[in-house]
Amino acid sequence: MTSGAPSLDPVTLSVLQGRLEQIVNEMDATLYRSAFNPTIAEAHDACHGIYDAHTGETLVQGTSGLPIFVGSMAYAVRYAIERAERDGGPRDGDVYLFNDPYRGATHLNDVKLVRPLFRAGRLICWLASVGHYNDVGGNVPGNYNPGARESHQEGVLIPPVRIMREGVLDEDIVDVLLAIGRSPVNAYGDLSAQLSAVELGASRMQALLDEQGEDRVLAAFGALSDAAERLMRAAVSELPDGRYASEDFLDNDGIDDRPIRVAVELTVAGDRLTLDFAGTDPHCAGPLNISRATASAACYVALKHLFPEVPANAGCMRPVDVLIPDGSLLDAGPPRPVGGYTETILRVIDVIFGAVAQADPARAMGCSYGTINALSLAGERDDGSRWVMFTFFGGGLGGTPDGDGLNHGNAPLSTAVIPPVEVFEAAYPIRFTSWALRPDSGGAGRHRGGLGAIYEIEVLDERAEAFVFGERARHAPRGAAGGGPGAPNRVSWTQDGATVVPELGAKATGIALRRGDRLRIESPGGGGYGDPADRDPARTERDLALGLVTEGTP
Amino acid sequence: MSPERSPGTVVGIDVGGTFTDLLVVDEHTGQARTAKVPSTRSREAAGFLAGLRSVADPADLAAIVHGTTVGTNALLERAGAPCGLITTAGFRDVLEMRRRDRPATWGLRGEFEPIIPRDLRLEVAERTGSDGSIVQAVDPDEVRAAAEALRAAGAEALVIAFINAYANPANEDAALEAARWPNAFVTTSSGMLSELREFERTSTAALNGYLQPVVGPYLNRLEEDLRADGFGGRFLVVQSNGGVVPSEEAQRFPVRTALSGPSAGVVAAAYTAGAAGEPRVITCDMGGTSFDVALVDDGRAAFAQQASVDFGLVVRTPMVEITTIGAGGGSIARVDAGGLLRIGPESAGSVPGPVCYGRGNDRPTVTDANLVLGRIDAERPLGTGLDRLDVDGAREALREHVGRPLDLDAEEAAAAVVAVANARLAGAIRLISVERGHDPARFALMPFGGAGSLHVGALMREIGCPRALIPRLPGITSALGCVLADLRHDYVHTIATPLELLDAEALAEEMRTTARRGTEALRSTGIAIDGVDVVFEVDMLYRGQSHAVAVPLSAPAAGRPLDRETIARVFAETYEATYGRTLDDVPAIVQTLRTAVTGRRPSIPLSLFAPAADATLAGAERGTRPVWADGAWHDAPVFDRLALPVGASAAGPCVLQQPDTTIFVDAGLVATVDELGNVVMEAAP
Repeated sequence: MTSGAPSLDPVTLSVLQGRLEQIVNEMDATLYRSAFNPTIAEAHDACHGIYDAHTGETLVQGTSGLPIFVGSMAYAVRYAIERAERDGGPRDGDVYLFNDPYRGATHLNDVKLVRPLFRAGRLICWLASVGHYNDVGGNVPGNYNPGARESHQEGVLIPPVRIMREGVLDEDIVDVLLAIGRSPVNAYGDLSAQLSAVELGASRMQALLDEQGEDRVLAAFGALSDAAERLMRAAVSELPDGRYASEDFLDNDGIDDRPIRVAVELTVAGDRLTLDFAGTDPHCAGPLNISRATASAACYVALKHLFPEVPANAGCMRPVDVLIPDGSLLDAGPPRPVGGYTETILRVIDVIFGAVAQADPARAMGCSYGTINALSLAGERDDGSRWVMFTFFGGGLGGTPDGDGLNHGNAPLSTAVIPPVEVFEAAYPIRFTSWALRPDSGGAGRHRGGLGAIYEIEVLDERAEAFVFGERARHAPRGAAGGGPGAPNRVSWTQDGATVVPELGAKATGIALRRGDRLRIESPGGGGYGDPADRDPARTERDLALGLVTEGTP
Repeated sequence: MSPERSPGTVVGIDVGGTFTDLLVVDEHTGQARTAKVPSTRSREAAGFLAGLRSVADPADLAAIVHGTTVGTNALLERAGAPCGLITTAGFRDVLEMRRRDRPATWGLRGEFEPIIPRDLRLEVAERTGSDGSIVQAVDPDEVRAAAEALRAAGAEALVIAFINAYANPANEDAALEAARWPNAFVTTSSGMLSELREFERTSTAALNGYLQPVVGPYLNRLEEDLRADGFGGRFLVVQSNGGVVPSEEAQRFPVRTALSGPSAGVVAAAYTAGAAGEPRVITCDMGGTSFDVALVDDGRAAFAQQASVDFGLVVRTPMVEITTIGAGGGSIARVDAGGLLRIGPESAGSVPGPVCYGRGNDRPTVTDANLVLGRIDAERPLGTGLDRLDVDGAREALREHVGRPLDLDAEEAAAAVVAVANARLAGAIRLISVERGHDPARFALMPFGGAGSLHVGALMREIGCPRALIPRLPGITSALGCVLADLRHDYVHTIATPLELLDAEALAEEMRTTARRGTEALRSTGIAIDGVDVVFEVDMLYRGQSHAVAVPLSAPAAGRPLDRETIARVFAETYEATYGRTLDDVPAIVQTLRTAVTGRRPSIPLSLFAPAADATLAGAERGTRPVWADGAWHDAPVFDRLALPVGASAAGPCVLQQPDTTIFVDAGLVATVDELGNVVMEAAP
């Protein structure tokens, strides 16, 4: 990659790394500030990056993008490159837009913009932007449809199309994009913000190239990936050679109530690492499938959490082989439903953590709560207007060698913050009756798992309809190195005075609620780390005093 | 505007970690004096009073204005007081659940200890609706019992934070009354911050309660000691918004003084730069462990509405926006497993300090690199209490930890450390300039603090700033800010109404009432002001959007009526200027009214500090010393900065020394002394 380019001294390289990361951070900030939909603007469910001119490999990531996108966008860029080849090669000022989750990874809500960056006719790199749109059609508002049997019931799929051709916006495509979902104003605002972010990235890159010259910047691209590769090899070398197998289960696919196995065999051989998912179940009927691109991105996220010191670029995956069996849960093609991709990703991360824990207990962590509990709550106000509230919830993180797991954190694939109770209550006819930590939900251990939460929502209008998409109701988050499991997920609601729980664990569609009914989510805690018998008695005593533990867990 | 003014002698006092700086200004004669005494950590009052008595008789003073880090330190060191929280049933854990964030994007490690532990957070049955309706009133007996339980468990301060209290404070007010707390350390969330978002409001109120028993007695003790010495003037404190308030108010709302000292520094920097003809500066304060930057545009410091003191410790209150990164003279340099040179965030601090302090640290720091390159004088170890610095030790550490892995000699390793440190510092500056859409080429850099002037030349080049301005007395910048800081009150009021439903006359009445309240508060301080400014802004956004734009409204202050059409027009203009378009079909929401009432303080002629008329260049020469720059040793001239005359200029590489800082002028730059004694650094012609 660096052949023909000048070699850079480490000082210049560090400076260029900072400058390039800064450009990507600025792209992130531009989108967050001007986006319309709160999932991007408040929760930062978005990401930007700089990608290799020919392979689409990740060259530079910022520090603020959402973790799963950091891993997945290289696939999206590669797809755009293939599409551009079909069009006779990329042209300056073209911007490709798509949400195809099979080749471009993740799910239909994630709209990607990919743009080539030219300089004097030479393709230097690609810039890309991705953000979670509020709604892209389909059967369920917000697109988390646990009963989907095909992609079309989840939303509208857009293949790579040129929303800009040589600098000119294609208004026809904008019209189509705005027509497909339930929130056209949001979509328009988000698209404008993404276009601004990509343009800003392009102008900042041109300024950097003016200042530093093409050769030095290209040399930095290569050298940064090489440095990441060396760091990852060094990290892998610290793990003892061997084979480590780990498996875990999803509750069900949202249609048949049967557990789905996710299994990995991790092989360490010197400075190389192989993740083989051969034992994983075949694809399922419901939306728990993920595409090959998504599965690879999940591996990347898991390894970044285990080795956070390695920079986020393609170099860190060079010493890693990911083997995904054809036709498996992790190899979904169209039109298999993939809307619940978050849940499957979290299980992939869990099994990788499980395997690494066997190899090196110092790197082990209890599983995190392992489900985002996506909730759509919709209804008609007394004045007849429609409202749709979409959100997802937090839970406990796993205990670690350093200390207890974090109470009420975000899932490993995300960094999205949760909107405040007061914002929900001001916007929708609901009232929260609980927003509290869930005692006894953290897995026991030398370092206890973090606590999940109890959220309870009361309906204030005549009626409302709820959709819940959660996991970990049947298979609790596991502990590591002798630690115990976190409490499983529990979803329930009141109906005619009785408490009802979903037949499918934590998944339900079309829950009919009336005024005064309450929907309750008790999210899982994290798994514990280490033998509970080794816990510092002072910490146990403190847990009891604070009411984080009530049963005197050993 | 003379009727507002009753001049006297005013003292600005900045109590920093190492030194306490004082500036005495006689507003009758325009005379000023400065003093510097060692800070007496944990007995701040002693150093404060010793310093004061060395320059003035307290009985002669009209006002003492204090910039303090007592609150900041208590927050950073988690040394606040045990504090109890009474909250809405079902919401005991708001403070601990935060916004579901985690300490770092990657790694999943790290715990969070809220400043009010769970056993000191009690629930009572009560509820206010999002529309302000009282769904359930508080039961005074239940509140009283909760307060007694908290008191019995050791709480020294009480915080009351109820859901939706921003929409109606009645239940919080009733609970405060019912609690019958035995001291003045009480905070209600709506009294602290009447704004939507329960976590941010509760966190701000909790941190306020946490600080009250620390900051209150500290200020009280100081004031009592001052009174005992015959002081009969006003005792004022600088807030994080760069304005000053009476000590009583600072005691009630200590969280608003969390950035007291640094904000005063930015106020003074803005003033000094303005007097030197630079309305746009980026200030950089580099100390041992951190680098603080702030942006001043058109003479005004940029503001932030919120900051995190640490993970999960959120303070929401208007403040001078000061961005801090963990890079200072004590930041440790290392080469990582990938072969890249890294600086910080690990720091040797001031204890044990850099290798050259000889106090046990053997890992090289930025200060060690500056020493090895000859930019710091080994014989003049500023503020360390040492006789000299250990150059050989620093050189050996750089050779061992940086030179060997990168195949560099000691000087090259030191130059590499400085270059990578500069890249990090430049990143922090870009964060507040480029990232906010400000072109650095329009700004001058303004370093204060001990270490900033060593790096400023390189930073100018790295960022593209055309000039740097080094104030005459960098060490007293914060004390100067205390004397200059305007009196300022900020008010925040949630409206959350669609523009089409807004009662514009009611809003105008709210604005007038707030302005009156603020003006009365200013006049009651009795300190000299040249006039009162009232600035109103409403935060507005399109329905469905999340981030608002601040829309300036001048009509009510100017005595003109306010109507919806005017608000709509100004919103459209502001939005278009920010994002390049308007969205005319989408309804606009009026979210929040922000009112800033400012009492302008009399200005101080900085010519007071100008160089002596008989100063000469020759009289400032202090020989030469070897300095490493651009890959070679140079025999660089050394000057006594304070002895340089107006108009003197010195071409780099050279070194300008003064008691509180060292200025390094890189090759290719030239330093010139302006009329006020500031050093202006720019590219050589």
